[in-house]
Amino acid sequence: MACGVASIFFVVLIFLFLVKEGLAVFRSVSFSHFMFGHKWYPISEPPHLGILPLILGSILVTIGAAVISVPIGVGCAVYIAEIAPLRVKEILKAGIELLAAIPSVVLGFVGMVTLVPLVKNIFHLPTGLTALSGSVMLAFMAMPTIVSIAEDALYSVPKNYKEGAFALGATHWQTIWRVMLPAASSGIVAAVMLGIGRVIGETMAVMMITGNAAILPKSILVPVRTLTATVAAEMGEAVVGSEHYFALFAIGIVLFVISFMINVTADLFLHRRP
Amino acid sequence: MFKRRFWAVVLLAFLSVSCAASGNNSIQVKGSDTMVNLVQAWAEKYMEHNPGSFVAVTGGGSGTGLSSLISGTCDIAMSSRNIKVTEVALAEKRGINPNEIKAALDGLAVVVNPENPVDRLTVDELAAVFTGRIVNWKELGGRDEKIVILSREVNSGTHVYFKEHVLRKNDPGSQEEFAPGALMLSSSQAIADEVAGNSAAIGYYGMGYISANQKPVAVAQEHGGEYVLPLIENVMNGTYPISRPLFLYTNGVPASLVGEFVEFALSPEGQEIVRTMDFVPLMK
Repeated sequence: MACGVASIFFVVLIFLFLVKEGLAVFRSVSFSHFMFGHKWYPISEPPHLGILPLILGSILVTIGAAVISVPIGVGCAVYIAEIAPLRVKEILKAGIELLAAIPSVVLGFVGMVTLVPLVKNIFHLPTGLTALSGSVMLAFMAMPTIVSIAEDALYSVPKNYKEGAFALGATHWQTIWRVMLPAASSGIVAAVMLGIGRVIGETMAVMMITGNAAILPKSILVPVRTLTATVAAEMGEAVVGSEHYFALFAIGIVLFVISFMINVTADLFLHRRP
Repeated sequence: MFKRRFWAVVLLAFLSVSCAASGNNSIQVKGSDTMVNLVQAWAEKYMEHNPGSFVAVTGGGSGTGLSSLISGTCDIAMSSRNIKVTEVALAEKRGINPNEIKAALDGLAVVVNPENPVDRLTVDELAAVFTGRIVNWKELGGRDEKIVILSREVNSGTHVYFKEHVLRKNDPGSQEEFAPGALMLSSSQAIADEVAGNSAAIGYYGMGYISANQKPVAVAQEHGGEYVLPLIENVMNGTYPISRPLFLYTNGVPASLVGEFVEFALSPEGQEIVRTMDFVPLMK
């Protein structure tokens, strides 16, 4: 009980601190300029503090990662829960847990030396440090979350649904596609949302492989700068009490709001019982 | 380099234990990543001469060092840029009086891939490239390739110096900025690696990072001027246009151990270490 209250207490404290420091930026720059400004030059005089390129960068990388990780992750969950023989199942589950255990900085490093040159050569780009590289690497990070939660959701489908489908003469494939997946859909959506939540908050790997250029991305093959990478890269240098410092906290609020919304959505789906 | 970092960490751990026993026999030095290796080399030599005293060196960026000095958590801040007016104001509010000591010089090398035929540029051309006015290498006599601009992150003193002295040409009223499409990399080593592997890339860093995998560009101050390579003697005699001082900041005029350490850094022996670390000593 005490621990539970304490954790909520800490979240509230963190949020209040974020709000207190972050809202100060709006004394010098209007809300719409901050959210929709195209230029991010925080250390110039006067600073340009428009985070639209950063928001779009984060969204682009996240969508890319979702497009890659959701089909593979859900497919993997279905295979593990429904099709794979016991031995294969055990090996796969161990492998996926191992994937979750790789520190993101290691994934970033591996991505930098293997994936980045590959992307550059395949698409004949001037540089391989692009949103696509970030998406692929982050897909690896989201996958363990998606697979394990989606798999749990498939297990929690009542057994008689499946037996009923077989009794009606449905094939294994029809049972999975028409019965199991719809029955587990709320859990699968929650899995996807939590995976996305992990991606949007990820910092180290994206900072290493997306190039960090604050431009409005026109395709997934250009460098982008994400919200998280901006805070991580610039917080050390920001003069305490400057507009730049407050702007980084305001970015923190934006991130907090985004992941809060994602988690709430996931929660709503998770508790919506069929 | 990693070995040095490792020893810095070990030293730090040791220091936290020894602090209790030995009181003021230790100095904390913090700041510019460009200077970490240099100051660490000074510290090692200094501790060799003065057994029983400890100098702990950590990086983090010039701004990090200066804010630690201001908050009183380090004795010396290493900085590759001048302290800002806002930082001085903040320091005075906290009762800290930043004292600037020029400790060495550093030439900023502009580097391209060795396969790139372009080997000399003027400061104006550099400004045009890094602000995005020139976007293709063929405009500079190179191949028909889009230029990939590499820059350090904004937490780097090197970034600030390059912007103020190359992009803005020391004009405080100038509004020039790095092109929005410039890739911001988090370390000089990352820039070195990307330049080594990318034939269209151009980047900048302290000349200590130059290796056979990158080609330094000869730079001329103005059109028609002499093109000069980033070499130690060219920085010392002032002909290389993009060089900068490296600073140590202390709280007030340094005394006792801090003073001795600074004195050692500025001594002929300390300045010889500067040369061996590929930076540029203050005097001949």
